[in-house]
Amino acid sequence: MQTHTSTTAARPGDQPVVEALDLCIDYRIGKEWLNAINGVTLKIDPLEIHGLVGESGSGKSTLALAMMNYMASNARISSGQVNLDGVDLVPKPATEMRHIWGRDISLVPQDALASLNPAYTIRDQIGEVMQQHMGYSQAEAYAHAVEMLTRVRIADPEQVARNYPHELSGGMQQRVMIAMALSTQPRLLVLDEPTTALDVTTQAVILDLFRDLIHDNRAAALYVSHDLGTVAQLCDRVTVLYAGEIMESAPVHDLYAKPLHPYTAGLLNSLPRKQQGTNTRLYTIRGVAPSLQERPPACVFADRCPVVLDKCRAEKPPLEATPDGRKVRCWRWQEIARDELDLLPEPERIPEVTQKARHEVLEAAHVSKAFGNADLLDRLLGRAQPPLQAVDNVSMRIQSRWTLGLVGESGSGKTTLARTIVALIKADSGELELYDEPIALDLTQRPQEVLREIQMVFQNPNDALNPYQSIGQTLRRTITQLSKERLSELALIQRVEDLLLAVRLPADYADRYPTEISGGEKQRVAIARAFAANPSLVVADEPTSSLDVSVQAVILNLLKDLRAREGSSYLLISHDLDVVAYLADEIAVMYLGEIVEIGSSDAVYNAPSHPYTEALISAIPEPDPTARDVTIRLQGDVPSARNLPQGCRFHTRCPRKIGAICEQEAPPLRDAGDGHLIRCHIPIDELIELQQQPPQATLDDEKLITPEDGD
Amino acid sequence: MVRFLIRRTILLLLTLWVSSVIIFGLTQLLPGDIALLVKGRDASEAVIQEFRETHGLDQPPVTQYITWLGGFVTGDWGRSYLDSSEVRPNVLRRLGNSLQLAGLTLLIAVPLSIGLGIIAAVRQDSWVDGAVSIFSLAVVGLPEFVTGIVFLTIFAPDAGWPGWFRDNLLPALTATLVLLGYIARMTRAGVVEELRKPYVRTARLKGLSTREVLFKHVLRNALLPTITVIAISVGWLIGGLVVIENVFNYQGLGLQLVLAVQRKNMPILLAISMIIVFFFAISNLIADVLYAMLNPRIRLG
Repeated sequence: MQTHTSTTAARPGDQPVVEALDLCIDYRIGKEWLNAINGVTLKIDPLEIHGLVGESGSGKSTLALAMMNYMASNARISSGQVNLDGVDLVPKPATEMRHIWGRDISLVPQDALASLNPAYTIRDQIGEVMQQHMGYSQAEAYAHAVEMLTRVRIADPEQVARNYPHELSGGMQQRVMIAMALSTQPRLLVLDEPTTALDVTTQAVILDLFRDLIHDNRAAALYVSHDLGTVAQLCDRVTVLYAGEIMESAPVHDLYAKPLHPYTAGLLNSLPRKQQGTNTRLYTIRGVAPSLQERPPACVFADRCPVVLDKCRAEKPPLEATPDGRKVRCWRWQEIARDELDLLPEPERIPEVTQKARHEVLEAAHVSKAFGNADLLDRLLGRAQPPLQAVDNVSMRIQSRWTLGLVGESGSGKTTLARTIVALIKADSGELELYDEPIALDLTQRPQEVLREIQMVFQNPNDALNPYQSIGQTLRRTITQLSKERLSELALIQRVEDLLLAVRLPADYADRYPTEISGGEKQRVAIARAFAANPSLVVADEPTSSLDVSVQAVILNLLKDLRAREGSSYLLISHDLDVVAYLADEIAVMYLGEIVEIGSSDAVYNAPSHPYTEALISAIPEPDPTARDVTIRLQGDVPSARNLPQGCRFHTRCPRKIGAICEQEAPPLRDAGDGHLIRCHIPIDELIELQQQPPQATLDDEKLITPEDGD
Repeated sequence: MVRFLIRRTILLLLTLWVSSVIIFGLTQLLPGDIALLVKGRDASEAVIQEFRETHGLDQPPVTQYITWLGGFVTGDWGRSYLDSSEVRPNVLRRLGNSLQLAGLTLLIAVPLSIGLGIIAAVRQDSWVDGAVSIFSLAVVGLPEFVTGIVFLTIFAPDAGWPGWFRDNLLPALTATLVLLGYIARMTRAGVVEELRKPYVRTARLKGLSTREVLFKHVLRNALLPTITVIAISVGWLIGGLVVIENVFNYQGLGLQLVLAVQRKNMPILLAISMIIVFFFAISNLIADVLYAMLNPRIRLG
């Protein structure tokens, strides 16, 4: 559409678009400057999508913004260069960078909603860039904004252009950010965790979009992520950052096939994978990432390395180039390359749970919950909207020492269902039974005994702990409030200590406050709190989704150990199917308030599956660059639960829709054997046959997605 | 929007009614007999009796209230207990004065304090920020009668200042000093908070200048809390400037209200109270509408 910037054609092919040379960045903490990025050299060629992987605190976002010569107010580039098309940006003041930002470099940030101004329409915000750099009039800018929205495959771009950011779904907001970033045909696109806040189904579609648009635009891209799966799916080269230094940099296939750095190997090994089986522990990287103040002077990874030598603590290893064009910073990479070091110990087995006779811990029958019933004035004015049916007539049971995983996109009702069981939300109707005894739906009517038996672990450990109470006080309070027997002071101290040890924290953590410990440690405290009163059922709502990969492995192992030791059951909610598959014995898949499939972990993962489950599994980005096959893409967003689709609720997005029956009749719950139930019109045998290959309709699908009808 | 206005108008009327009940009830609890207070302890029984009958004070409180309410809504606001003059023209004249003073104050205070707040926020933690903070806190701490008297002393009447300057501008400036600190600090806090948000980074990375980022993107969101503070101060400006009106001998509602309370001059007391409640409620309503206009996320309803 627009002509490429004239410089593109004249450039010799081998010059990188952007290049950081020996870049050092400091942060001001109090009165002193602390080093955050230490001597990073990184180049990105035209058309290359370069992955930058690291855990929180590694400095990856700082580095990504530095590639745009954009610094937080308390950060500075202390030395080094950032060359864009051979010109160093670092000496340029902001007044000069203004003509480069938005025109030659643009950013797609993590949180699209917060990154859009709430007070302006979409076309105002996209158009602004072109008015700034291309001298467009407002009318031209608006027209071009609509064109850009079409390019990011938004159906009805005219309408979306007039919308405000909050009126769009998360996936749509992220498309708008992409449209904005690409509107001036920049040379370099910086993508900072652009899909982290999205559902896997939306993420899969957005990743496709990146791949196509970056290549169409002949741009170079820096893709920053903590997610090894999406990096494998999208990137050409990958750089692994740890504690502000490059550990390893390699073409994506080489890196995943044969990591040369122990840290990279550790990250890849700590991912939960379906094949692992439920009785093995995940590999974990010991210790935690160092803060800026406590980074080791020699090898920054030495304290956590499984193959550390004395030399590693004495002398910093150089970033060495290998003969096949990779770079690695490790004294022992040659031994690793020759397979002389064992980086992956045989997975430890979790002691088998002594199988007593199973009994039912919790049974939920016909639970429903709706939100937003219209008030009197609404009805008088004829504006009553139908209520939002979050959970609709759901039944399920959880057995002792059993984990039921609950999966589904946001808006599926999985969190609402979990909260009605804990009674944080009062269900409108339905029955709950604990050990075959009916329990109240209302929290205030539940006796202490019941409260003790059902405990919850929340998604964000930072918000779940009272910042004004020490860890010890938090645990004590739960014990004294809920424990059956009165404990002496000494017994209390002992119990707190036991709980901390059970979650593998040192006993002296009892005196610490939540602000003094890391996110992963906070989640361990939250888990210890849930187990403080020996509950029968622990409801865990996305317990690892705010944590880093290496910390996630620690928490998942812990949850497994505790189940074996304490004999509790879990209701595990997660959008991450790999996490669920690793931990759950049984999986329930929810869509628009209904369970569409339930069965043992294996049964749900393999055919026959509900078409929705099939799509969810297909959307998981595998941490394996060789598995970039075309898979099933669900178009559009989950419809509003205020206006549930007629017939099968999934028919509006179903890639395997068979006809009018899907739109008219609610599908039957079919039994695929062994309690494996699928809510679909397609008979079980046909599903098995169909699912030998992906549905035809979605191959090379250019279907446009429609804006959400507001929920 | 229509729905919102209907709802809020109903609420406004309800607020006015409830406050009229509360004010009326409180006046019933005030110690002392009104007739005795107005006519004096030496007045004859006949004079007292006649006063009570003229003003309906011999009726039970509920009847008194209903009579007053009926009159008030139909425009008959009763007669003053003191000189039997009609309450309405008298109070409305005072209201005019008060509105004039409030308007002038807002005209000075709002741009000045918002400007100071923005400067302090943009130069966060610099000496400018410190100076604005210290100045605004210092003037907030000063009582109005002190600043008022200082003004009167500096701009003494014999120094040839024009009358409107002393009669109108000085009281407005005194009230401005009271508001300045609140509005400036609220603005500063709002701007500082917005500047931290990711959309500001987006705007800067579009290549917009600092000025464009601030005036086009930040202020529209940052000024929302400031609007609330201004709306609340409107009520105070209409009926709460007792001290300032006293110092400058300004014929506003505040002074009249205090006199009415002292003399138990019920019709005036009730009328002024209703006016103050009305302006409080209406300025809050306007603030909410402004909110919704500036911020599309707020759906009125």
